[in-house]
Formats: sequence, structure tokens, C-alpha cells
Amino acid sequence: MNTKNIKINGRLKFIFWVLLIAFVVAAPSLLPVFRLNLLGRYLSLAIVALGVDLIWGFTGLLSLGQGIFFTLGGYCVAMYLQLNSSSEFPNNIPEFFALYGVKDLPFFWAPFKSLFFTLFAAWLIPALVAAILGFLVFRNRIKGVYFSILTQASLLVFFNFFNGQQKLINGTNGLKTDVTQLFGQMVGSELIQRYFFWITVFLVITAWFFSKWLIKGRFGNILIGIRDDEPRVRFTGYNPVLFKTIIFSIAGALAGISGALYTVQSGIVSPQFMTVPFSIEMVIWVAVGGRGTLLGAILGAVFINYAKSLVSEALPASWMFIQGGLFILVVTTLPQGILGWLYSESPRNLLQRFGFIRKIKTYPSLEINKNGES
Amino acid sequence: MELLLDSIFNGIAIGSVLLVAALGLAIVFGLMGVINLAHGELMMLGAYTTYVTQLIFKLPILKPFYNWYVIISIFLAFIVSGVVGIILEKTIIRKLYGSPLETLLATWGVSLILQQFVRSVPLSYGSGLIISLLIGMVLPLFFPTKIKESIKFKYYKLASWSFATLIGILSAELISSLISKLGRASSRNVDVTAPAWMRGQIEILGNTFPKTRLMIIIITLISVIAIICFLNQSAWGIRIRAVTQNRQMCDCLGISTEKVDVITFGIGSGLAGVAGVAVSLLGSVGPNVGGNYIVGCFMVVVLGGVGNLLGTIFASFGIGIMTDLIGAGRLLNIWPNMPLSLSNTINFFATTSMARVMIFALIVIFLQFKPSGLFPQKGRMVES
Amino acid sequence: MRISRRILAGLATASIATTLTSCGGGSKTSGSFDDSVTVGILHSLSGTMAISESTLVDTEIMAIEEINASGGITIDGKSYKIEYIIEDGASDWPTFAEKSKKLIDQDKVPVVFGGWTSASRKAMLPVYESKDAFLYYPIQYEAQECSNNIFYTGATPNQQSEPATEFMYKRSPAAGGDFFLVGSDYVFPRTSNTITKAQVKQLGGRVVGEDYLPLGNTEVAPIISKIKKALPSGGIIINTLNGDQNVAFFKQIQDAGITPSEGYYVMNYSIAEEEISTIGPEFLEGHYGAWNYMMSIDSPASKKFAANFKKRWGSDRVVADPQESAYNMVYLWKQAVEDAGTFDDNAVRDALIGQKFDAPQGPVEVMPNHHLSQTVRIGEINSEGGFTILEETDVVLPQAWNQKHPSSKGFACDWTDPSKGEKYRL
Repeated sequence: MNTKNIKINGRLKFIFWVLLIAFVVAAPSLLPVFRLNLLGRYLSLAIVALGVDLIWGFTGLLSLGQGIFFTLGGYCVAMYLQLNSSSEFPNNIPEFFALYGVKDLPFFWAPFKSLFFTLFAAWLIPALVAAILGFLVFRNRIKGVYFSILTQASLLVFFNFFNGQQKLINGTNGLKTDVTQLFGQMVGSELIQRYFFWITVFLVITAWFFSKWLIKGRFGNILIGIRDDEPRVRFTGYNPVLFKTIIFSIAGALAGISGALYTVQSGIVSPQFMTVPFSIEMVIWVAVGGRGTLLGAILGAVFINYAKSLVSEALPASWMFIQGGLFILVVTTLPQGILGWLYSESPRNLLQRFGFIRKIKTYPSLEINKNGES
Repeated sequence: MELLLDSIFNGIAIGSVLLVAALGLAIVFGLMGVINLAHGELMMLGAYTTYVTQLIFKLPILKPFYNWYVIISIFLAFIVSGVVGIILEKTIIRKLYGSPLETLLATWGVSLILQQFVRSVPLSYGSGLIISLLIGMVLPLFFPTKIKESIKFKYYKLASWSFATLIGILSAELISSLISKLGRASSRNVDVTAPAWMRGQIEILGNTFPKTRLMIIIITLISVIAIICFLNQSAWGIRIRAVTQNRQMCDCLGISTEKVDVITFGIGSGLAGVAGVAVSLLGSVGPNVGGNYIVGCFMVVVLGGVGNLLGTIFASFGIGIMTDLIGAGRLLNIWPNMPLSLSNTINFFATTSMARVMIFALIVIFLQFKPSGLFPQKGRMVES
Repeated sequence: MRISRRILAGLATASIATTLTSCGGGSKTSGSFDDSVTVGILHSLSGTMAISESTLVDTEIMAIEEINASGGITIDGKSYKIEYIIEDGASDWPTFAEKSKKLIDQDKVPVVFGGWTSASRKAMLPVYESKDAFLYYPIQYEAQECSNNIFYTGATPNQQSEPATEFMYKRSPAAGGDFFLVGSDYVFPRTSNTITKAQVKQLGGRVVGEDYLPLGNTEVAPIISKIKKALPSGGIIINTLNGDQNVAFFKQIQDAGITPSEGYYVMNYSIAEEEISTIGPEFLEGHYGAWNYMMSIDSPASKKFAANFKKRWGSDRVVADPQESAYNMVYLWKQAVEDAGTFDDNAVRDALIGQKFDAPQGPVEVMPNHHLSQTVRIGEINSEGGFTILEETDVVLPQAWNQKHPSSKGFACDWTDPSKGEKYRL
């Protein structure tokens, strides 16, 4: 391990951290309400990106169906909020039911009257669905691109189901949370939104440390083992199915939390969150940020979404070109993502080329432990 | 019985579209293991080619041949999508062999760009671009050997590319001046109208069958036969199969695997273009036309078993028939006295959107029992 | 290399084109203004809905340019030039909500003109209500909604589908026949069909089947076999399919022998001149449509509207009902602002009710329930790609709460009376 390198990375990291913390602390007072709300939403997307990084970056499972778990989490809180503020409507059920002539609350809505249940359901239900789906797929040793295709097909199954069931969950329109009540306050109000922002910041950091802790120990090593050579892991006596299922359901839980936070800050959850492009975008946040770095996932999610909203305000038509170009560029020339690139030798080489730092003369070149960084 | 026959007819009609769309994918994915998410957009290019051909054939000079424009557009669509596919392979996919997940992401990027391309670039310029690419790529192949081997070959190549660019620009200008519709960029969907002889319906075994669907079945059949002949009879076809089975060995034996890759990918993409022609006969042509089919195509290939054309055929007709059976609620007619709870469930799924849910769910369940599809590849396979 | 350069060139053209459209409004007008006001325009410029919604942006820009050319908005002798910010809803409902927040909070626009799909409106509604801002929505829709913060210039079902259903059952060539309802799978077709079913029952007819195609799916073969099974020898089909699904539907029903000559008549609620030209009149000839505005209306206002649009955006462009609604709403807003003497939301809202405008379709008036009173026309699609107008009603008052829908029967909306408000029992 190159000590100079660590020093530089350490310094970079330190500067980065100071800037980041300063920004997050100052954000609520600096940013206008609209931008703060956007930041909050993008930070909540960072949580789903962390999940994607865990399963893709560390375990090598490319899921194109994280939107399922994301949306499920969103629906859980939206159902609670809708029920919580439906007392003035006919039959004490959310308003939209009247549109389709539904008089009784569908059975699965009932538990969501409780806040306690909802807080658990928002991550437990996605985790369970992910566990079932994952177990079925992994059990048959379906992996690689087949896994991706199957997750994408499952995404479509869920999308069509949610989209088609007007009478159960309001179909295409989705559920709105902005004008619902929470503790006597309107959810869309500035006060509540600010609380959600802080909750999001807290949860992003918690999720990040949780993920770090997860991949640090033996569990993480097995995941990386599965990514690099699954048969060997199996021959060593571990059961990859179990580990894959666990990590997939953890990623599902993270997606659920993320979806819940995103929903309350966007004011709506709808089957649109389960469209194919959105789930693929999640992967690209991680790819751009740097897969297998965790931090890269967070940064990628926030920055790409911010760029998206800025670009689409200025030049709506060009975002597709930029996004498409980004996919190709990152995959072909920057496979480790931006953070992965920063962690590698390349920036140092760049600086050396322009004479900013002295070249170290070593021959043959030092072996670099690529898996050591995280 | 009659109802079942009805279902089979309808299922074949639906399945034929799936099959023609999945055929190209079965080759690219099945033989090369490349997940090409831009496959739908290659279909879209084929559909737009049909549209452009149709407008060109409406010009006074070509008007007498208008009835046959669909036939011409099949060939053109094959070429257009094939050329784009080859470029794709040479620039992006080649770099990513061995990392299918990365290919998947990169091709998704390509699909986004292609979608936006047809929205923001006038079709005439699009056609001009394709023409110049085609000429630029093909022209050097016809140079005499002396030039090909000379040191100055790259200058000749440069000259031929300049020539191609010139032709491309000229033809773009020509098309925009002749057909003003094509001279402007538009995000509007366009429409292909089948010539009169392809509209309407005919009767087979007491069932009426739309002629366009029949046409699609014929297109599909011809494509399938052509592909099978190509793979089994021609030298390159045999090389393709050889490379599929053992790449290293082929490399050692002097087969240019690079060329094989380009050809395979080009053919797969070209078939996507042909599928585009078929799809354009059924619905409107727009930037999203391919995206609607792509997941269905993957399901067909996965269900049929990778690397197996027969499986693809069975899978697409199977899915087609199931779609009709479930979506049109025919099970109730076939078995009228089923228990109430079952019939309620069936009614719940007897809408087009719920049928889709059901079919995908069934496929996922099916794969639990036969993970490698209907017709798994035989022989020893290296894992992953 | 070549591709990337071409793509870049395309990108450049695209971006130039967008910049042109986004600032083209101001440069064309002459004359001096004392001040300016910025309004928001929020439609999908990308994604599946861009096809339809971009025509509304064009129309709104045209209306704003017209107003600017004739001196802008005058308040207390001060003239204001209208400027606009265009935002892209990207055919994605949550994006509509996000961009609404941006327009209201950051750009502080006094009014937003926007939306097409019901889902996008439903997503935006809470934003406008929680921020007490104002949205103008130009599309015929399923009603069952009456927000104090939205102003609806499209038709309600009793201004479109109800007269149309009655026409089909009583006076069309298929009069007395059975009904089959087909639509895209979202809220407008489902609600509209609920109303139609109730109405058909009242009329004494029968609905023999209905089916919904998921958005984006164009495989209509199962629906066709259902229609043939339910209506073996002709009947009435009510079609509420969306956008490009219509193309697939009409191409394939014609191939399947579901045509006027075989006794099948389709009444369409989402096919206007724009769609006819895309689908091709040869597939649609002999079927019907119901709208408030049709390009073939033979009045000076209608002809002027169509001519101005062609002059501004190209001679091959057509105008249709949604565009007319979009055009009306800009003018109605201008009138209300001038009457109120301020851009302030609440004053404009009060001034708006009772505004009259001589629209291309004929006179329209803003009703206390934030909808417009409009004329309904039933037309047969002809081979030239237009409508032959068969029937024309008197001015029909809008019902925000449908009187045939079981959930809203006996309710109405009135924002002028504080004791009535959004939904009160008649």
C-alpha cells in the first residue's frame, strides 16, 4: 500500500467531509424552500443507491427492480397518511375510493391505521418481498444477466398490478401525501418538510454506517467472494443463496426506507416509481459515483439528480442525450466511477503529469490492494 | 374446441409479433450472451425506415410501385438497423465483452440517445447519416487488393469517408427538399399505412384472420428460415456457431472472432429492424415503440432457453396463446362450470393489464422449475 | 468519430431549438411596456406525452404573443408584457408536482398554465392547494373534482360524453345497439365509463363489455376478440384510448372487420384533428367524435384561430379542442387580471368567475364552479381528416360533480358562496 497515496486520499477525504458537513448544516438556512426540498428528496434517493451498491458493487447482483421495493415503502407511508386524514370523507375512507364506488376499505389497508405498524412495514414489507423474490431466483442459481432480466420482469409485474388496480390503491394516480395530516400538521407544510429533511439526513448517515459495518467484517468478505467467484465460495462450504438473499433483502429494506422518505417529500407516490427507466437510473447513480465505495453511491445519487433537475430546467430535450452519454462514458472509460477513480492511482498520475507532485520512482510498480479501500 | 381454435389463432397472431421482435435478440443474446437493451430502439429505427420509405414511395416517380414499398422497406430496415448495430458493436460493445452487466448499462444509454435522436434530429438527416455510414463502411471493401495492401490505404479510406459524408449530406438535403415533412424534427408519432392489398382479413378454417398479421407471420417465417439456413449452411454461419461454442479454440484455429462478432451483432440488429417493419404495420411509429416490446422479448428468450431458436419460437407462441386465453377471459368459456372462487380469480385477471401481470408471474414461476428455459442448451457448460 | 460529431450536431440543433422556443416569445413583439409579468407553462416536453402536450405549449405561446402584440395586460393604465417560463413535466406525474413547486416557490409566478393527463393534474393539485397558488388546466377530463386552486377550461363529462352517448343510442346509425367500452387504463377512461354505464342504463341500453389497455401497451388483439365476442353483429363502441394506442386500435379493428360498413360505430373522446391526421382518415372515416371545438366550425373566430396558428407554427399544423381550451384560458386569465387590477391570486380568482370570452368555439363563460360553460358538438370523421358537424347543442353548463356517477349524484360546487364551496348537496 502506497503511503503517500493514503495521505493524499486522507487529506481529500478530510476536506470533503468538512465541506459536506458544512453544507448539510447550512443548507436549511441557505437554500430556498424549493431547493431544500429537492436536496431532501435526493438524499433520500441516496439510501436506495446504498442498497444498490451493496448488492451490485459488493455482491455483483445487478438488480433492475429496486423500484419495486422503493415504491412499496412509499405506498406504506402514503396509505398511513391517507388513512390518518380521511375522517372527514364518506365512510371514513380515503377520498379517491368514492370515485370508483368502493365503500369498504380493502382488507390490507386496515393495519396501516397504526403509525407503529407503518414505521415497521415501510421497510419490513419491501425486505420480505425482496427476500422471497431473491430466494426463488437464487435458489435456482439464476444469476448475472438472467437475474437482471427477471428483476426487470418482476418490476413490470408490480407496475402493471399497481397501475391497474384503481379500486385497491388508486391505480395510475397514485396516493398523495401533501395535503394529508401528520400530528395535526399538513405534511406539505414547511415545518413538517424541514423535519423530514433532518430525518432524511440522519437516516442517510445511519444507513451509510450500517452498510459500512455490514461489509467490513466476514459477511462483507463473503459478499465480495460471491461477486468475484461464486463457485469457489460454495466449494468452501458457504451457502451463497443465503448470503445473497440476506443482502438482497437488506437492499430491499433500504429501498423501502428511501421510498418512504422520498414519497413524503415529493407529496405523491405512484406506479411511475416502478417504471423501467427509474430503476435503471438508480444503478447509474452508483456507477457514476463509484461502485463498491458506498460513499460514491450517495454522492452519485445526489449529484446526478441535481444535475438532472438543473438540465431539465434549462434544456429539457437534452437530458436524454446527456444521461445516455453518461451511461456509455462511465461504463466504457470510468468503470470504477468517479470516487473509484479518485481512490485509484489516476488522479495522482494526472497531478504528476502537470508537475504538482513529485513522481515517485518505483520499479516495478507497487502492487495495490484494490479491495482494501472501501 | 372451436373456442380453443379461436384462441390458438389469436395466440399465433400475438405470438408472431413477439417472435419477430425476439428473433434478433435470440441471436445477439443467445449466441453472444450480450444483453442489448437498445434492441427496442433498433426496432424503432426499422419502423421509422418503413415510414421514410413509405413517404419516398409516395413521390410521383415511385408512385406506381407504392403497393410494394413494404417489401422494399424490409430490406432497407434490415440494412439501417444492421449498420447502426455494427457501429454499436465496433464502438461500445466490443470493449465490454465478458462483462455483460456493463454492456446492459451501456446499451441502455445508447437506447436513450437513439430515442432522443429521432425526436430532435430531422428524419432526412437521420437517413443521410445512415447513407453516409453505409457507404463509408462498404466502399473500402470494394477497393482493389493493391490499394488495400498499400501503405497509403488509410488515405484512401479517408477519401472514401469524405465522399460518403458528402453523399450523405446531399441525400439528406435532397430528401428534405422533396419531402418537407422529413426536413423537420418532431417528437410527434408518425404513422405507416399498409398498402390496400395488405389490409382487411381473410378466412382460414372458418376463422377470420387479419392480413397484416398474416404478413407478419410470413415475414417471421422467412426470417427464421433465412437465419437457420445461414447458421447451418454458410461458412460464416458455421463460424458463428463455432465461436459460440468455444471462442478460444476458434481464435487458435484462425477464425477471426472479431469479424464473427460484428457479423452476428449486425444480423441480430438487422432482424430487429425487420421486426420494426412488422410492428409499424400494427401501431404507430414513435420514439417509444421499441421500449414497449423489449421486456416481452427478453421474457421470450429466457423462457425459450438461451441459444435455441426452436425454444424462442415455442415460447413466443406460448406467451401469445396465454395472453389471449387469460386476457380475453376465454378460460371461462372453455370451462363454464368452474367453481366460483376460481372463476372470480380468472375474471380478476381477464383484463389486458392483469393478463400481463399473470403471464410474467407465470414465467417467473415456470423458471423455478426449469431455470434454463423450455429447451436448455445441452452439453457441458462453463459456469458463468 | 463521425457519429459522435453528428450526435453533437444534433444536440446542438436540439438545444438551439429549445432555446429558441423558450425565448422566442419576447423578441417578436414590438412596442414598449411599463413592466412585465412572468407566467409559468408546465407541460411534458419529453417522454410519451410530449407528442400531445407540446401542441398546448405552442398554443399558449401564441396566445401570449397575441396579447403582447396588442399591448399586453393593462392594469391602472400601466402596461405589462407577459413573459413565460416553460418547464418540462417529462410525462412523469411526480415531476409535474416538483416543477409546480419550482414555479411557485422559486419563480414566484402568479399563474401556471399546465397539465394534460388527469394523473398529472391530481399530482399537482395538492401542491397548488397547500401553497394557495393557481393552476389553469385545459383538457376535457372526468370531473369529480372542484378545487379552489384550479381553473378547468376543458369539458366535463356532461359537456362531452353524455351528449355523445345519447346521440349514439338515439340518433346514430347504430341507435339502440349494445355498447362496448374500451379505454386506456387510467382514471379518465375508468371514470368516464362509469358515467357512461350509468347513463346507458338510464337510456334503457346495455353495456356488454369493457376493457382497458395498460398505458404504453399496443397489443390490442385480446380486446378485439372480446369486442367480436360481445358484439357479433355490430354495435356501439365508446373509445377512450390514449394517444398512440388509438393508432394500433383503429388499424387493427379495421383489419378485423370492425368497421362502420359492418355496423360497428366508434364514438371517440380523445381523437381530435391532430390525432386524425396521425392515424390517417382512411381508418377513421365514418366514426364519431364529440368536442367543444372542431376545426371545421364555420365562424370568423374559429377561422382566425386556425389561420393564426398555421401562420405561427407552420401550414401543416392543425388546431383541436385541447388547444382551443388552452387558448381560451390565457385570454380569460388576462381579462380577469385586468378586471381585478392586480396579479394577486385571490383577487384574480374572484374576478375570474363570470368572465365571458368570445372563444373560437363560440361564447364561453366562467362558472362559479371554476369550469366553463361550453357548446357541445358531435361530428362524423370525414375523408379529409376533419369532422362533419352533425349536431350542436346550446351552451351547456358544466357539472363538476357528475349527476350520473353514483358517488357524486346530487352534489355541486360553488366557490362564490362560502357556505357551499367544493362539494355541497343540491
